Amino acid sequence: MKVYLSVFKIRFSAVIQYRAAALAGIATQFAWGFLEIFAFRTIYSGNESGFPMPFSQLSSYIWLQQAFLALFMTWFYDRDILDAISSGNISYELSRPLDLYGRWFFQTAANRVARALLRCAPILVVAFFLPGPFRLSLPENGVQALGFLVSLALGLGVVVAFGMLIYTLTFYTLSSTGLWAVFAMLADFMSGSVIPLPFFPSGIRKIAELLPFASMQNLPLRIYVGNIAGSDMLIGLVLQCFWLLSLVIFGRLIMRRALTKVTVHGG
Amino acid sequence: MKLYGKFFLINLQSQMQYKVSFFLTIAGQFLASISTFLSLLFIFSRFPEIKGFTLNQVLLCFAVVQMAFSFAECFARGFDRFPSMISNGEFDRVMVRPRSAIFQIMAYKMEFARLGRFFQSLCMLIYAMIACGVFWSLSKLAVLFLMIICGSIIITGLFLVYAGLTFFTVEGLEFMNILTDGGREFGRYPFSVYGKEVLKFLTYVVPLALYQYYPLMYLLGKSDKILYGFLPPIGTLFILPCFAFWRFGLHRYKSTGS
Amino acid sequence: MIEVSNLTKSFRVSTREAGFKNAVRALIKRKYEYIQALSGISFRIADGEMVGYIGPNGAGKSTTIKIMCGILTPDSGECEICGRIPWKERTRHVRDIGVVFGQRSQLWWDVPVIDSFELLRDIYKVEHSAYRKTLDELTQLLNLNRLLKTPTRNLSLGQRMRCEIAASLIHSPKVLFLDEPTIGLDAVSKIAVREFIKERNRNSGTTVILTTHDMQDIEALTERILLIGRGRILLDGNMRELKQRFSRHKKIAVAYAGSLSSDMLSNCDGITVREEKMGRALIVLDSNLLTVSEVIEMLSKTVDIKDISVEGVTAEEMVVELYKAYRI
Repeated sequence: MKVYLSVFKIRFSAVIQYRAAALAGIATQFAWGFLEIFAFRTIYSGNESGFPMPFSQLSSYIWLQQAFLALFMTWFYDRDILDAISSGNISYELSRPLDLYGRWFFQTAANRVARALLRCAPILVVAFFLPGPFRLSLPENGVQALGFLVSLALGLGVVVAFGMLIYTLTFYTLSSTGLWAVFAMLADFMSGSVIPLPFFPSGIRKIAELLPFASMQNLPLRIYVGNIAGSDMLIGLVLQCFWLLSLVIFGRLIMRRALTKVTVHGG
Repeated sequence: MKLYGKFFLINLQSQMQYKVSFFLTIAGQFLASISTFLSLLFIFSRFPEIKGFTLNQVLLCFAVVQMAFSFAECFARGFDRFPSMISNGEFDRVMVRPRSAIFQIMAYKMEFARLGRFFQSLCMLIYAMIACGVFWSLSKLAVLFLMIICGSIIITGLFLVYAGLTFFTVEGLEFMNILTDGGREFGRYPFSVYGKEVLKFLTYVVPLALYQYYPLMYLLGKSDKILYGFLPPIGTLFILPCFAFWRFGLHRYKSTGS
Repeated sequence: MIEVSNLTKSFRVSTREAGFKNAVRALIKRKYEYIQALSGISFRIADGEMVGYIGPNGAGKSTTIKIMCGILTPDSGECEICGRIPWKERTRHVRDIGVVFGQRSQLWWDVPVIDSFELLRDIYKVEHSAYRKTLDELTQLLNLNRLLKTPTRNLSLGQRMRCEIAASLIHSPKVLFLDEPTIGLDAVSKIAVREFIKERNRNSGTTVILTTHDMQDIEALTERILLIGRGRILLDGNMRELKQRFSRHKKIAVAYAGSLSSDMLSNCDGITVREEKMGRALIVLDSNLLTVSEVIEMLSKTVDIKDISVEGVTAEEMVVELYKAYRI
């Protein structure tokens, strides 16, 4: 545990050195969030009926999304890890007495948490004081707040485990970053980052909610805004645990295979 | 111009060395904006129109924006890589050559894989042109053409500002994404959808609306002001202050060498 | 003709201290420091000269070179190369200069070398006939015949460096800047590169400014060296004179039979015995106090000399001495 704490500290110090980058990031995310909300305001104003979620919930959803962007963006990857794989430095990594999957898993998670910590507070605070329907509201009750926190942590785990699969994919296809990006982008879409899952046509939505992508940002954010509650919330959390476990087990398995391949072929 | 052709060939030649990767990236780029496209389909499956625009009209708008971007990205891609050019010293090499720095940066790296996005937007454009119910007179075709070409010039101006900022900081660049990537992603809707203030900003400060919203209103017959059709070329004037900013940054680089 | 006078240049850098707490603190307040890279540099280089520009890392070498190439504008001072001020007339100026950065490539990685050359020809607007002539010359002198059709990525470092140098000379510049041209090369390639530079300087009258840490380069190529340290020119001198100045100490390695009385030698002023065992000794003498023949005479009186060699200081040692003398 101590090892992981120091990995986290190093990552955090590295990330917060880039002060201007953080400021620019916060400003960008604000602008992004506002534009999303403005677009939805127009969509809502023209059509009074048929909304899958109230506008105020949607505003909260969008602000949380911006505040915790670093936790959930699927296209974010750790340059160090990719370089280690493509340059063949991987054999060096293997010579260390640490479980590679665990180390990379934690490194990526630490990276995301460090970024999110640095950026979320200003966004949350300002969004909280915005006027009327644009503002970020508090969760309705303690159960939701608790469910949100648990789901947030699990969701992060699912995102990172998914990222590990992509890293492992890099062992096999070193150069096809193009297709790779499409993967990440589809995952992003299916996790509700472009439009929330309730806006999907109902058939597609039912399937999407069972996929691992729905266990990423979709669940914690919708629990927070109150769109998912009660037994649905519990089912969601169980599903999240299931996907987290499956992805980690599957990820470990294929990484072991990839590593065997590396050692057999000498990198 | 002849020299640009030479650069073009040598770029093509190098990228053709890795054919598999090249075509995979083209395929990836082709699919790149699929999520935005899907989001439009999903939203419009619920609501028939947004602020008076139908799905097909919005697709026309989106296709124009995508295409303008794909041109700008393909030919002015070097600016995107500019931060790394500065940090690895490649820019010093540019400075010891007797040609303008902008020309060299643009010519140095063209990314043909970006054509994937171009093909995708072309498909969408052709579909939208047929489906949106506009009678394509010669003048309207001309306006459409101007929207795409002038659009990519305006976007190139943004890239210039992005590269110019690199002379001051390599960290704060993320903010420009709201205008570059954001201009593309949010460009899926006519800019009026985002409210009056945003439209004003995009008309007078960063004139993205001049190649998107106003001429679109003319094309769709929502406005009969012919002036709107001439706004895209006026918008290209935006490149002048961008160029001035770049020059200012370059001047500073020469005195700090940061 | 290159004339540089009183160039100064300073940079602002942000300082960061180690540690988690300091990283957090730097988030709020950042400290800056001014570094004086150049504090009044002056020199003059005639046409056709070959000059070694040396100094330890961070002494201001690359800043000076960047100013002379028109990449940087100095804070104050003047610099005129071939009648032009580099940073004021960049595009005209750079036609007259060629630059080789030893650690970076200017050739296109994935295409045959000849294609890079042709692109450079067009960038510099070189006439086709002149290009043909220059290329033939360079191909012959640098032995590039077999390399021209090869993509850069398939060249060895030595081959690539030969092509890099050729690339910098396609527009027949009057001044050639070489930054570490032999770094990482094997012995054969090093010698080939040096020979070529010498040849070029002699026959085409190209002015050459060489910065390097490899003192053998300097020794093989340049008559004159400029030593820079802490942003100042500390020394501007002739290589041979310098060597004389620093060659007070000579090393004598001797193999002998019999027993060498080291006491006798050590008691003598101007002699130190560095090593002595198993019939071999290394003796350092101060030539201000003793001559070499005196020492040999002394040696031959006590022992039977089987083999003997006398060495002056190497350029490497001389530079170490220089750095020590100027405390840089």
